[in-house]
Amino acid sequence: MTNSTPLIAVRDLEVDYAGVRAVQGLSLYASRGEIVALVGANGAGKSTLLRAISGIVRAASGAIAFEGENIASFEPHTIVRRGISHVPEGRRVFATATVRDNLLLGAYVMRDRAERERRLAAALATFPRLQERLDQRASTLSGGEQQMLAIARGTMSAPKLLMLDEPSLGIAPLVIPAIYAGIREIARSGTTVLLVEQNVREALAIADRGYVLQTGRVVAEGTGADLAGDPLVQKAFLGL
Amino acid sequence: MDVGPLPQLIVSGILTGLLFALISVGLTLIFGVMDVVNFAHGEFLMLAMYATFGLGLIGLNPILALPVVVVAMFVLGALVYRFFVKRLLAGPPEAVVFGTFGLLVFLQGAAQFFFTSDYRSVLNPPFSGTLHLGGIAIGEAQLAAGLGALVLIAAIFGFVEYTEPGRALRALSEDRVAAQLMGIDVQRMNAFAFGLGIACTGAAGALLMLTYQAYPRIGTEFALTAFVVVALGGFGSVHGVLLGALLVGLVEVLGGYYIAPALKMLPVYALYLAVVFLRPQGLLGRR
Ligand SMILES: Nc1ncnc2c1ncn2[C@@H]1O[C@H](COP(=O)(O)OP(=O)(O)OP(=O)(O)O)[C@@H](O)[C@H]1O
Ligand SMILES: [Mg+2]
Repeated sequence: MTNSTPLIAVRDLEVDYAGVRAVQGLSLYASRGEIVALVGANGAGKSTLLRAISGIVRAASGAIAFEGENIASFEPHTIVRRGISHVPEGRRVFATATVRDNLLLGAYVMRDRAERERRLAAALATFPRLQERLDQRASTLSGGEQQMLAIARGTMSAPKLLMLDEPSLGIAPLVIPAIYAGIREIARSGTTVLLVEQNVREALAIADRGYVLQTGRVVAEGTGADLAGDPLVQKAFLGL
Repeated sequence: MDVGPLPQLIVSGILTGLLFALISVGLTLIFGVMDVVNFAHGEFLMLAMYATFGLGLIGLNPILALPVVVVAMFVLGALVYRFFVKRLLAGPPEAVVFGTFGLLVFLQGAAQFFFTSDYRSVLNPPFSGTLHLGGIAIGEAQLAAGLGALVLIAAIFGFVEYTEPGRALRALSEDRVAAQLMGIDVQRMNAFAFGLGIACTGAAGALLMLTYQAYPRIGTEFALTAFVVVALGGFGSVHGVLLGALLVGLVEVLGGYYIAPALKMLPVYALYLAVVFLRPQGLLGRR
């Protein structure tokens, strides 16, 4: 496969919830090594798109090509093995499990013990705060630390594509820079990142490219800088 | 100083409770992982008891039969999940309730038909003596059953806490969607958990045959107690089960002695109602 093929390409995706269309005819792509931001108001369909990619909800129609293969009908566990990791909205860490167990669960698909240890070391290097909390239950962490844990857990399977759903939602503003520094570092190591955010300014600043979603469709796309300068985006999201 | 029969009753209550715990841990495991209340749980126990009886006919005493029965019940449980419970789960929520209840009726009826309602006890019991320890008399068979249950419960706790499949089971019982996002194959782990839960009845059935007799309705009696234990301890809580089971064992034995043998379950249900009323999530349940 040539490097010019996108890592993931979503084409004409439609997703329904009990007859209500949440994503309608959505197309986008992400190339290897990119950070791609997805921004949009509440209910725009951002989370639904990520859920469809990770197989948690089924697409009604359309294609999700990952490394050239249509994964739209694959089971979630197969999709994880293919190299897609989804850090869901609301973090969803395993509260009663320790930080270490959460991280090891992130490496569930990884059979090689030594490789798992290497991933653990890398994750802890990205979020050093987790190091001293390894044997604490996840429920004892602050919201920001739980988000770090959720992201770190998401990197444990050594994904090619890491999808983050609103990593700064409900996090103390002081902690957000540490989380974004971690995301940058993960991207620098070669992981492609699909970043869903309502925190539009931060997301567009870090992204190579971005898409603006509205009622399940892409209404604008461009480089992070272009979108941040787009009058529509400024008016709708940046309060300018 | 004469303390009367109390020490004796307490030891007996604890040994009884350990067996309740082994049965109930299977029930709570299945519920925790896939939200299925397995109404047929006791019937699997009954099958395991008959299997132990059957292996006795070819010369295996219950202790030697135990590993065979455990493996067989694990396989049976995994198959029942794969070909029955999985389908029920794809239907409306009531399907699971009526489905597993139907399985109860079916298995009990089948046992009645094939095994008749005669009581069967193993012909080659390995323990028959009585131990006298400082004024307490314990049947060797009862002691062996209780200690066997204790060892197996410890093994299950260790498995759930410290192994990778155990970690996956905990993840599933906490957040199924997040567990899927870790790459855990829900259907496979459900089958595994169902097998494990039924394997618990296999172990308990073999141990029970040291002191009990098998008959078609015996499962229902134990299942009723197991439901009380699980509700007491907190549905889905593995540690709660041990607490709930010891409580129920003690209350049952003490109640049977101080009130009347026929009414031994009365204080158990009173305790159950009190806990459910005051703490609906059970003693160690979360929410
Ligand atoms: N489980 C569900 N059942 C029914 N409808 C749903 C469900 N989840 C989302 N929806 C609907 O689908 C649409 C898209 O929702 P989605 O959660 O994908 O939006 P979002 O862009 O992630 O919003 P937010 O910024 O609030 O997280 C919304 O209209 C929402 O009400
Ligand atoms: Mg969302």
